[in-house]
Amino acid sequence: MSIALGTETPSFELPGVDGNDHATGEYGDAKLLALVQYCNHCPYVLAWEGRLIALARDYADLGVRVVAVNSNDAARYPEDSFERMKERAEELDFPFDYLFDASQSLAQALGAERTPEVFLFDEKRRLRYHGAIDDSRDETAVSRSYLREAIDALLAGKEPPVAETEAAGCTVKWK
Amino acid sequence: MIELLFWQGCPSHPEAKALLEQVLTELGRDDQIVMTEVRSDEEAERLHFPGSPTIRVDGRDIDSMGANGHPSLTCRIYHLPDGRVSPVPSREQMEAALR
Repeated sequence: MSIALGTETPSFELPGVDGNDHATGEYGDAKLLALVQYCNHCPYVLAWEGRLIALARDYADLGVRVVAVNSNDAARYPEDSFERMKERAEELDFPFDYLFDASQSLAQALGAERTPEVFLFDEKRRLRYHGAIDDSRDETAVSRSYLREAIDALLAGKEPPVAETEAAGCTVKWK
Repeated sequence: MIELLFWQGCPSHPEAKALLEQVLTELGRDDQIVMTEVRSDEEAERLHFPGSPTIRVDGRDIDSMGANGHPSLTCRIYHLPDGRVSPVPSREQMEAALR
């Protein structure tokens, strides 16, 4: 079960595809922190990938940090191995950190269930939005951009218009 | 025979089934869709299941490009005519396989 709204960001320290370890405190200056349960192999992730990349670029200068986290069992899903993560990030020039949660501890702490699945934390690192990036994996059919709406609201000092949605995607591949 | 093989861990098969039923109706066909759940890696190997959903018409995969993927309990990747990635086959793929 996913963490409840208002819950503090779980602490983590995980290797990133950039060769560095990334810890919770490193993002302390960010106004908002979006942890996105992610992976390489899932068609739902791939369908939303362009939109997540665009969102990360659009909000980078506004103090919003997007961090993608792959917690899948890479032994059973080799496409989600750390090496393949590096290749994917380089190929698409990810504008966000892409971390490997090999122990699955962060996914467990978040109660993540799907990829992609968003956990958006405010400046005090309390969960303020959880769920889908938007309301359709088909980018031509999107009518609600939940994550963008939540970010815009929080940056303006308001409540997200929708705080929780159901994340449609592949299941997290537990060991 | 029209078969739809699926794995419950991937949420795309209801959408694929609905689209397949719609295409069958539009083509004036009343074929029954044989639904087969794949539950284990062993079953995936035995059924040559490259991911969910997999649709076969008279034993032939409607997406020949992905038909020989490694058997696995995973969501299958399809490509739409415009190049976008999708977890379900396109209407065009279904129509082509059923004509």
